[in-house]
Amino acid sequence: MPDGTLQHPVICATGISKSFAGIEVLRDVDLDLQRGEIHALLGENGAGKSTFAKILAGVHRPTRGTIDVNGSQADISSPIAAQRLGITLIHQEPLSFPDLSVAENLVLGRIGGSPLSGVPWKQMVRDAEALMQLLGVAIEVSRPMRGLSIADQQMVEIARALASDSRLIIMDEPTAPLTPKEVETLFTIARRLRDEGRTIVFISHRLEEVRALCDRVTIFRDGNKVITDTIENLTDGDIIRFMIGRPLKEYLKKQDVTIGDIALEVEGLSKPGYFVDINFKVRRGEIVGLGGLVGAGRTDVARALFGIAPAMEGTIRIHGKPVTIHDPSTAIDLGLAFVPEDRAVAGIFRTLSIETNITAAVPNKISAGGIINFFKEHGLAREAVQKLSIRLASLRQPIGELSGGNQQKVILARWLLTDPDILILDEPTRGIDIGVKAEFYDMIGELAAHGRAILLISSELPELLALCDRVLVMSEGRITADIPRAEATQETIMHAAVPRSIEGRAA
Amino acid sequence: MTDHVGVIHKNAVMDSAPPRPLWSVILVRPETMTFLLLILAIFAGGQLSPYFLDVGYILDSFTLTAELSLLALVLTLVIISGEIDLSPASNMALSACLFAYALSFGWPLWIAVLVGMGSGMIMGAINAFLIISLQLPSIIVTIGTLTLFRGLAQVIAGDKSIRLPEWYIGIDKIYVLGLPAPDMIFIIVSSVLALILGMTIWGRQIYQTGTNETSAQYAGIRTRRIKAILFISMGLTASLAAMIYVSRLGSVRYDLGIGGELQMVLMAMLGGTYIFGGRGTILGTFLAALLLSVISTGMTTANLLPATQLCVLGVLLIISIIVTNFIYSRTQR
Amino acid sequence: MIQKLFLRREAGILLMIILFCAFVGIMRPRFLTLDQFRIILLLVPLILIGAMGQMLVITARHVDLSIGSIQGLAAMLTALMFKFHPEIPWGLGFVVAIGVGIILGLVNGVLITAFGLPAIIVTLGTLSLYRGLTFIVSNAKQIDRQFVPAALKAMSQDSPSYAVPWIIVIAIAVALAAYWFANHTIIGRQVYALGSNPVAAPLRGIRVNAVTILVFAISGALAGLSGILYASRWGFVNPSNTGTGFEFQVIAAVVIGGVSINGGIGSIPGVILGVFLLGCVSAALPLLGIPGTAQAAIYGAVIVMALLIDRSVRIRANSALSGLQRGHA
Repeated sequence: MPDGTLQHPVICATGISKSFAGIEVLRDVDLDLQRGEIHALLGENGAGKSTFAKILAGVHRPTRGTIDVNGSQADISSPIAAQRLGITLIHQEPLSFPDLSVAENLVLGRIGGSPLSGVPWKQMVRDAEALMQLLGVAIEVSRPMRGLSIADQQMVEIARALASDSRLIIMDEPTAPLTPKEVETLFTIARRLRDEGRTIVFISHRLEEVRALCDRVTIFRDGNKVITDTIENLTDGDIIRFMIGRPLKEYLKKQDVTIGDIALEVEGLSKPGYFVDINFKVRRGEIVGLGGLVGAGRTDVARALFGIAPAMEGTIRIHGKPVTIHDPSTAIDLGLAFVPEDRAVAGIFRTLSIETNITAAVPNKISAGGIINFFKEHGLAREAVQKLSIRLASLRQPIGELSGGNQQKVILARWLLTDPDILILDEPTRGIDIGVKAEFYDMIGELAAHGRAILLISSELPELLALCDRVLVMSEGRITADIPRAEATQETIMHAAVPRSIEGRAA
Repeated sequence: MTDHVGVIHKNAVMDSAPPRPLWSVILVRPETMTFLLLILAIFAGGQLSPYFLDVGYILDSFTLTAELSLLALVLTLVIISGEIDLSPASNMALSACLFAYALSFGWPLWIAVLVGMGSGMIMGAINAFLIISLQLPSIIVTIGTLTLFRGLAQVIAGDKSIRLPEWYIGIDKIYVLGLPAPDMIFIIVSSVLALILGMTIWGRQIYQTGTNETSAQYAGIRTRRIKAILFISMGLTASLAAMIYVSRLGSVRYDLGIGGELQMVLMAMLGGTYIFGGRGTILGTFLAALLLSVISTGMTTANLLPATQLCVLGVLLIISIIVTNFIYSRTQR
Repeated sequence: MIQKLFLRREAGILLMIILFCAFVGIMRPRFLTLDQFRIILLLVPLILIGAMGQMLVITARHVDLSIGSIQGLAAMLTALMFKFHPEIPWGLGFVVAIGVGIILGLVNGVLITAFGLPAIIVTLGTLSLYRGLTFIVSNAKQIDRQFVPAALKAMSQDSPSYAVPWIIVIAIAVALAAYWFANHTIIGRQVYALGSNPVAAPLRGIRVNAVTILVFAISGALAGLSGILYASRWGFVNPSNTGTGFEFQVIAAVVIGGVSINGGIGSIPGVILGVFLLGCVSAALPLLGIPGTAQAAIYGAVIVMALLIDRSVRIRANSALSGLQRGHA
């Protein structure tokens, strides 16, 4: 690993601050990035690491502060300006043009050439193929981007960065949707780029990966830069302490709960192309985890249970009785509740009031004969806000003005109002910082203690280990393991989550 | 850990943005703009001609656009739910032709009404089927059906003018509580729809469907049923409007209400309905219908050519969406 | 693989054309003569030109409802020039018509990009505005045959020999230019990119506003061109008839041609075939004894049917592709 400390930094950021609509998200950040290093940015959600990276990439402009690129002050005014300076950002969900071919996605937007100039198709294809070979990736360049796996889309984005000869490549949480094999491929490429003298910025949550890959680490907390150091100088405990400002609370203590009868039973549930032969039971008071990689089919099973995209075959039994669920209102009547993965897309009504959001699933409780009883609604909403400690300024305000954690609490409140017997939670603490996460864990535990059956879909292994009585693991549409709490570890879960067919696949 | 609701927690500077003051919520909205424009228009009208200050005159001239105003009211609901329907004017034409034919065959009124309403509902149901069951984009579907319905009217009625029986003509001459009957119908329908939209669960769910259809589905709201009912209601309203229209005109041709699409959408937009769904009010559209009536009458009184009036309407449409979008984007953070 | 699907789409339209012509030809053998082919060819040039522009607009995820009114206004202004200034060489009429079209298209584009307004409503507004202006400038009066230069009219004459009328040549030239633009220029590919993912476009260095204004300017220019060619084809310009309903015919052709409303997908050859299919349908109507008044109804039905076909093809394509995707992760 080259010693970068004596060399001229490729990026020198001083006093970077950023505010959005009066809310300060970055405060006086100083950071140097060296040539030929892989530099990690760590921090909780909302700590500012993504915002900082976006400032470097020209997506946002700092409210204060300066950035020097290669020694001279630069004004990174737009993503194109950033690209011209040799800075490329690879987004978490790769941005691409699905209807255009891979080769075109590589070329479009590259600076140079007048707009009316001809598209040199043959040259483009040849260049694209050369780039793919360089990366060691086998993607047919004439095919459309639509349908490529996320890993492949990332590869195309990296190829783009190389094609424009980027000196600084920023990767924002790249490994979440990847299999371990794909992660290894990505790391190999990252190391090769570093050895060529480029700089990689690696934004991640995952300590093991950071330790495996990165040279130096910068930790953000609450909009401030807390520390920058080489990875060897920091223990995991140090890192976590810097990230959350206090020692990690042990969440391994779990309440003792009496587990009751079977509330939900699924037998032979299948939907070709999505999942096959799903069997499991969830009892009252039990928290059953559903782990696996992104794309394993877990959310599809949840959506089938809730009636959004019903399965083709199989039986669902609620409290012993077989039921058919073709739409969410049936599911709700049967005592099911579903907190979806992406609250912005499938959860909140962004411009409507918090009250309206909370009572959305229980129209009958706030109306008589179809006419809304506004007092009752207000009362129910107040209760919910108190019970879940939702921080807001007014019940009237649009939910879009709340922070992520509070929005998620509103969604949870919505479903609690339906008094469900069975609660399906899909990545409930995603995008929420650690303080609020703790509140959620407590709440989930309490819900189970009150006799509800909980199915917890999560990609965060520590979460599954902390909360669940049993962990089911899905891989490629099938259930590959049913691990009781005592035997559950990160390794056993991960082992069951990795697709068998991928092992040994050439990169 | 429990905070008193309503008090901003000190560390919560990142928890939520401060709320808008009450006066801003009530006053800074598109409906206020519409109301002010209405006052302005009446004032300007009064400068043009003393008739404008005669309430009776304004009410009588409103009957000229009463039917399209009715359509605009239901269209507002459709747009709030996140869709659009450009076919009602053509629907109205076809229903009117069928209705008039039924009467001209000598069939009793109630059968003719059934024919009219039935055809309106069937056309609405066709839209509903294509858009909701087959999930085709409403803008193109209703462009297709507007062409189709108008074309069918043309096939059925040809170039002829179908005359209605004498006893049926003259609804605008009937006065109820001092108002011409069409105006009264408009006010009643507006009130009913305003109540439904503002005070019932069903109305609330229309807003939710338009704000985020996926979230609504996940919350157990039957979005498909809501939209289907809206399209069918739109069709039904078109046929009712047709029956009022032909009573006023006395005869019907296939080109009844041609160009009405523009005026309907204009009323909805002038009333502050957000084209992308989720926002809008009946009050706004109500005021906008009055506003448009005053503007149209004013233009005619000022002897503006129909062509010029058309231009003015086009420009108004563009300006109204600019202002509405501006207001909505500013009050949303 | 999507390439193959699209070849299937164009092949599908071709198949529909063949089937339709066969069907009509069985009932009315006259339909399958070369003469008939020429009649069809003469029906389509205006729609073809308009469709090339509309295709770009829809691919960019917008729609332009004002092209009929642009055709009318451009035609009228050009015709007025012919009437009141017959000394000006008639060829300049092309410059005027296209120029007017560009300006009107620019108004659309600027309104949409400057204020972030939905194209559907803006062009609904300009549709009325431009139509109104057409009436105003012409004093609501038609420009009659004698004022339209004979040479212009001759461009559309069906010559007794096999020489192809100029109007068709122009239409073919426009189609070729559109093909070149859409497939072989960088900015053409940017139009597809913009429609495919409008969020990613600015982050990839595509100047969204510039491209959007450009497609509307092109749509306007082509609509203007179709205006002067209207005068050539029909010999007169009428403020209430010229261009009325044009937008619906064009949209019908574009939708049949496989252009997706969601943008990013669509091919010029497909649209050309779509136009041709519509031409066949229009030409078949009088032969089958269906009154001209039914034409509007038929266009409406055709739009709806094309949407249905489009949807079922897309569903099959998506399920095939998602099957592929599952296989990866």
